[in-house]
Amino acid sequence: MIDTESVSCETCTAPTPGMIDASDEASRAWPRVDIDANPYKEAFPLFAERPDIAFLDSAATAQRPSCVLDAQKRFYETMNANPLRGLYSLSVEATEAIAGVRAQIARLIGAVDERDRAQASEIVFTRNTSEALNLVAKAFAPGVLKPGDEVAITIMEHHSNLIPWQQACRAAGATLVYLYPTKTGELTDEEIAAKIGPKTKIVAATMVSNVLGCRVPVEKLGRAVHAHGGYLVVDAAQSVPHMPVDVREIGADFLAFSAHKALGPMGVGVLWGRMELLDAAEPFLTGGEMIDSVTEQDAVWAPVPEKFEAGTQDAAGIYATGVALDYLVNEVGYDAIQAREQALVHYAMSRMVELPYVEILGSIYWDRHHGVISFNVRGIHPHDVASILDMDGVCIRAGHHCAQPLLAWMECENLACCRASLAFYNDRADIDRFIEGLENVWNTFH
Amino acid sequence: MANIYSSTTFMEHNSHPDYKYEMDAPTHSHEGINPSCGDELTLQLRVEDGVIEEASFTGHGCAISQASADIMAELITEETVEEARRLAGLFLAMIRGEELSEEDYEDLDEAAQLKDISHMPARVKCAELAWRTLDGMLEGEPSA
Repeated sequence: MIDTESVSCETCTAPTPGMIDASDEASRAWPRVDIDANPYKEAFPLFAERPDIAFLDSAATAQRPSCVLDAQKRFYETMNANPLRGLYSLSVEATEAIAGVRAQIARLIGAVDERDRAQASEIVFTRNTSEALNLVAKAFAPGVLKPGDEVAITIMEHHSNLIPWQQACRAAGATLVYLYPTKTGELTDEEIAAKIGPKTKIVAATMVSNVLGCRVPVEKLGRAVHAHGGYLVVDAAQSVPHMPVDVREIGADFLAFSAHKALGPMGVGVLWGRMELLDAAEPFLTGGEMIDSVTEQDAVWAPVPEKFEAGTQDAAGIYATGVALDYLVNEVGYDAIQAREQALVHYAMSRMVELPYVEILGSIYWDRHHGVISFNVRGIHPHDVASILDMDGVCIRAGHHCAQPLLAWMECENLACCRASLAFYNDRADIDRFIEGLENVWNTFH
Repeated sequence: MANIYSSTTFMEHNSHPDYKYEMDAPTHSHEGINPSCGDELTLQLRVEDGVIEEASFTGHGCAISQASADIMAELITEETVEEARRLAGLFLAMIRGEELSEEDYEDLDEAAQLKDISHMPARVKCAELAWRTLDGMLEGEPSA
C-alpha cells in the first residue's frame, strides 16, 4: 500500500515550499535537521579552495576531508615501504597498516565470525568496484556457470555490474536475465519470483541505483537465489557512503565498493567474499606477491586474499581508506549522514517540483532517493543543462551515468539525463544555487 | 569564460535550424555519432560538379551539436568541396584551441562564434560532430 498523504518538512522553509510526498514508512518521520548550518564543510579543503562551487556530484566521487589527505601523506612520510616484501621493520609497519584496514573493513560490513572476530582475510583490495566485480565474474563465475544456466541482474545496474556478466554468460553459454522494477524503481516480489528460479546460479545487483537513487531489496534477491543454491553478488558502491551495510543481514556472497565514493582516495576498491568461495576461485591477475612458490612450469597460489592481489598495492591509498571510513562511520556516523541527506533530498525535491519544466526520474517519494535525484529539464539536452549550471558553479552529472540499458528502458531521450547527488557535506545554500541555476537554464532557452 | 548560450546567433540556430530537413536527392549521406552526448546526426549533401549545391542534416542532440550543424550547413552551401574541407579543417583546429588568422575567422563567419567551446573540453565533441562528419564524407572526393 502506498500512502499518498502529502507531508512537508518543518525545518525546510522554502519561500513557498512545494508539497511532496513521502512513502508510508517515512510519512510520520520526516527529517528534522538544520541544513542551513554546515558543521562538515570546513573539514574538506576543496571547499575552502573552491568556495565558488556547489558540488552536487558525490555519487560520481566524493570530496575528501583533510584527515584522509593527511593520512596519505603520513603514510609516505612515516611508514613507506613495499608491504609484504620486506623483512625490515618499516615494511612490516606498512604491511600492518594494510592488515589493520582489512580488519576494519571486515568489521564495518559485518564480515565477522560467530564469535564476532573480523574476517580480515575475506577482504580483497582492488583498484575500484569495477575491478572487484570483474574479479567475481572472471575468477569465480566460470566455476559455477554451465551452458543453459542463468545470471540475473537488474536493469538498474551500472555498466561495471553489467558488462562483466554479459561476458561471463557469453563465455559459459549462460543467459543474462534482467529484473525490471516499476517505473518508480520498485522491484516487486512477483518480478523476483518470475526471474529467479532453478536455472539462476548468480544474482548480481546494486544495493542503491546510481541513477534512480532507490534502495534495491538485495536481501530478497539473496533469499530467492539461495533457495535455488545460487549466489548473490552485491554492488555496494552507492550504499556504503550513505547507509550501514551488513553482509550477514543482506545475505551476500560477494560485495564490492570503492573507497573514492566513501571519502577515500581514488584507486582503491574493496571486494568481500565468503572465504570458501574466494578459496575455490581461480586467480584473476597473476604475478608478484600472489604466489607461494613458482617453478619454471608451474606456480602455487598464495592464500586468499593475497591470491587476488598481484603486484604492488596502493598501500598509502588503502591506509587512507581506513582513515576515510573511520571518519565516515565514527566521526560523522551513519545516523547523522542519513538524517542530513534525507533533509537535503527532501528540500531539493520540494524545490524542484515547484519548477514545472523539471521532471524528476524514479520515485516521486523523497525518502526513496538515497542521495541521488535524476531529472530532466523539458526540451533541453542534459549536457546543455550541465554546461549552463557549470557557468553558475553548480556541479552535476549529465549523460548516461554508465547505465545505458536503464536509460534505454526508461526511454530517456538521447540516452541521457541529469543527476544531482548529495552528501552530508552539502547544505541548503548548495541546493538554492542549484535551483537558481535550473531557473537560469530554462530562461536561457526561453 | 564567455557564455556560448548567451550568443543570439547560437541560440537562433539551435531553436530555428533552417538546414534541418531530409533532402530529396542527396548525392552524399553520412551518419555521425557522439557517444558522450548521445548526439546522432545524418549529414546530407547534393554535390554537383564539385560544388555543394545543398546541405542539410537530421538527427537529435544537444544544443551545441545542433547549432553547430546548422551553422556549418549554411556556411558550406554553394562552396566547392575543396573549400568546405578547408573550412572544416579550420573549424576543427579552432575548436581544439588553435589560434587562427583574422582572415580565417572571417571565412568561418558565424562558426567562429563557437570558438569559446574550445574552453569546454567536455563539449568539444558536440561542436565537432557535424564538421567531422563532413570531413569524413568528403575524404577522397575529387575537387572541382
